[in-house]
Amino acid sequence: MHEMGIILHLAKSLEETAAEQDIQKILRVTLQVGEVSGIMTDYFTDCWNYFRKRHPVLETAELELETIPAVTFCGNCERTYPTVQYGRECPYCHSGETWLLRGNECIIKEIEVE
Amino acid sequence: MRIIELKETVTASNDRDAEVLRGELKEKGTLLINLMASPGAGKTTLLERTIRDMKDRFEIAVMEADVDSDVDAVRIEKLGAKAVQAHTGGMCHMDAGMTRTALDELGADHFDLVVLENVGNLICPAEFDTGAQKRVMLLSVPEGDDKPLKYPLMFSVSDVLILTKTDVAPYFDFDFDACKRRARQLNPNIEIFEVSAKTGDGFEEWESWLAKAIEDNRA
Repeated sequence: MHEMGIILHLAKSLEETAAEQDIQKILRVTLQVGEVSGIMTDYFTDCWNYFRKRHPVLETAELELETIPAVTFCGNCERTYPTVQYGRECPYCHSGETWLLRGNECIIKEIEVE
Repeated sequence: MRIIELKETVTASNDRDAEVLRGELKEKGTLLINLMASPGAGKTTLLERTIRDMKDRFEIAVMEADVDSDVDAVRIEKLGAKAVQAHTGGMCHMDAGMTRTALDELGADHFDLVVLENVGNLICPAEFDTGAQKRVMLLSVPEGDDKPLKYPLMFSVSDVLILTKTDVAPYFDFDFDACKRRARQLNPNIEIFEVSAKTGDGFEEWESWLAKAIEDNRA
């Protein structure tokens, strides 16, 4: 829903890293994207491919996305379950006292450079 | 060819900028509030009344963030408070860099309180740290008590939730207890106020919270 905004920040982070470490070209960027981060991966990749052409350091960087499964913790029965399948209500005890443990992040895992 | 492990969040550069800005504001004794809500929840109306009530005690400025137009900034300036219009260039949110640019536009005057009225949107502004010390969100009665279920992140990151337009509650099926329970489930520390800018109900509680936040920030 705000893929372009995230791409702008991603590009800025990468350009800062490139400048610090004297990197001329980035060949690949690997991102870890949570299942419930709200990022639409197809659209995200389109945005990236549009944007990278404007930045010499990023021009050659292919975007690789890895999915982080979303996991929810139930405060009532203290079990965990897959968020996407069951949503906010615990499938074991039907409590609504649940918290997302992981799955809403978007992390730059690594970059491959020339 | 080599591989560099980064392991940092995509918005890391924004988070760093925001942290620096927060430090500078604290040094100056300026409290920056990031005010967020959906379009039409009553952000500008809440500010109008708050400014009218508090402008004799504090120096207040407002940064109006919108995709276009300056109608909100004009409303604020009519009250005698300083306002700048920040255009986000089509973006659905403000980030730390845009906030800094808008703060620069306010000039060198000292302000005790600067309110960033973010773009009307319950989704994107929640994701980006603007450098504000406090995040305040509004939810108006006509929007419905189910919004914490639909936009959990906004409720999770806010320090304060203000339920607005309480004067129209008799015409809507807004369950205040259910709404508060849902918000506290996402964010046990959230402060909740109920206000009506039309009648003035609840403004005393909200404004005393705000005055204390301004004073704590100057200390």
